[in-house]
Amino acid sequence: MTDATKQRLAPWIATAALFLVWELACRVFGVPEFILPTPSASFAALFEFFDAVMFNASFTLWVTLVGFAIAVVFGLALGVLVGASALTYAALYPILIGFNAIPKVAIVPILVIWFGIGAVPAILTAFLISFFPIVVNVATGIATLEPELKDVLRSLGARPMDILLKVGLPRSMPYFFASLKVAVTLAFVGSIISETIAGNRGIGYLMMQASSSFRVPLVFAGLIVVAVMGVGMYAVFAYIERRMTGWAFRGQA
Amino acid sequence: MSFIGIEDVSLRYGGADGTLAVQDCTLAIERGEFVALVGPSGCGKSTLLKMVSGLELPSAGSVYLDGHEVAGPQHGIGIAFQNATLLPWRTTLDNVLLPLEVSREYRASFRRNRAEHVERARGLLRTVGLDEFREHAPYQLSGGMQQRANLCRALIHEPDLLLLDEPFAALDAFTREELWGVLQQLFMDRRFTVILVTHDLRESVYLADTVHVVSKRPGRIVKSRRIELPRPRTLEMTFEPGFVDIVHELRDAISEIRAS
Ligand SMILES: Nc1ncnc2c1ncn2[C@@H]1O[C@H](COP(=O)(O)OP(=O)(O)OP(=O)(O)O)[C@@H](O)[C@H]1O
Ligand SMILES: [Mg+2]
Repeated sequence: MTDATKQRLAPWIATAALFLVWELACRVFGVPEFILPTPSASFAALFEFFDAVMFNASFTLWVTLVGFAIAVVFGLALGVLVGASALTYAALYPILIGFNAIPKVAIVPILVIWFGIGAVPAILTAFLISFFPIVVNVATGIATLEPELKDVLRSLGARPMDILLKVGLPRSMPYFFASLKVAVTLAFVGSIISETIAGNRGIGYLMMQASSSFRVPLVFAGLIVVAVMGVGMYAVFAYIERRMTGWAFRGQA
Repeated sequence: MSFIGIEDVSLRYGGADGTLAVQDCTLAIERGEFVALVGPSGCGKSTLLKMVSGLELPSAGSVYLDGHEVAGPQHGIGIAFQNATLLPWRTTLDNVLLPLEVSREYRASFRRNRAEHVERARGLLRTVGLDEFREHAPYQLSGGMQQRANLCRALIHEPDLLLLDEPFAALDAFTREELWGVLQQLFMDRRFTVILVTHDLRESVYLADTVHVVSKRPGRIVKSRRIELPRPRTLEMTFEPGFVDIVHELRDAISEIRAS
């Protein structure tokens, strides 16, 4: 087996091993199902309620991606604004840090008061929780322009807009795409938090319902589906990152 | 009047009790002259370059460039640093063309006559032996090749003045000596004015018409040495007694400064 094949197989084997250990531990120690169900019981629940799970999961996926899309547009714009000048950086950075420190769980009830129960609070929570890394990364990419290059550009009489478009933005793209991977998984956290607290649809709502009726294997089925969606989205954006900013990987691949 | 006049210039960084980097420095540079600045580390050489380019303004005294007092970033200048800072997402050729895309003087003409400017850029790349690498990305170039491209980028807008801050310091000895030849060739072809900051005394004597020795911080010029050797200078010449004597003379001057 070549090293490349080993690399490709490793994550699958590690995941399978995780499920195996989990299964064995539950059986050996006789853990009751309402505390920690075995993975086989969780998968059984997943197939038993397959339609309901898929219906709610696709709703969550949709909500998450809408919130995430808003976060991308907003995060990119704000990141450019923050990174573009020392003044906006000084002005906005503390606000951003402060805002990021607020637990988004605390915001959901407010959103529900404003927008009612449903998709909107979940979209907004997904957005609020995921835009921060995008802003920080884009701003960092723009603000960390090499001082030597800045001197070269200034002495050419380059306009700030040109510097931003020709150097700042392209330079921040690897940071931007790297942040998307993180942000999209955070967006799932946001939408599911919101659905759990105040939803009438979605995988978070389903898990809430299942746990209040002590169908713990179904809760775990929900968790597994969430994890799979998270990994899937991460993989999609990791792929996009490689495609878009291959130059940043210096032909290591 | 000289092309560049630095007259009783002082610069203090960071307010009244900040670092006094340069004090009462006076220096005149003629058009078409190749000047080297040498001196101990931290003595204010880079600061002097920045004041000539207008990227830093003196706290006292004045800098004149081509008869005008420097009051802000000057445009007809090419700058290259030790760090080549090529843009990694652009090819070598596109990196060299960057100044034309953003410079006040060239942007319009670049859009109209792109082909002509590309031809000019390729001419420069050919001079430094890089034309066949024009479609390569910077990471595919060696350090010496990146520095050649950096020189081309500094010269593409045909500046009258080239400011070089230790451009070859990060290169190995062989590559460095190769690039002395490249730079000398460019200088002889185009006859711009050069200020080169370097720590390498052989480099300064090989390349410059005048070597100025800068004192410990706060920097002043304490010795100016004309180098009358004929051009083109060759690497063989750097081992001849006349050349070696000048290097020793400069070395003694710097040891004296460091000991004082
Ligand atoms: N932007 C800055 N802010 C504050 N102090 C600075 C700044 N740039 C340089 N200095 C200080 O000014 C002094 C002269 O710096 P400069 O970079 O001109 O020296 P140099 O002769 O180029 O040194 P080297 O040979 O090591 O490059 C140093 O003491 C340095 O710490
Ligand atoms: Mg320096």
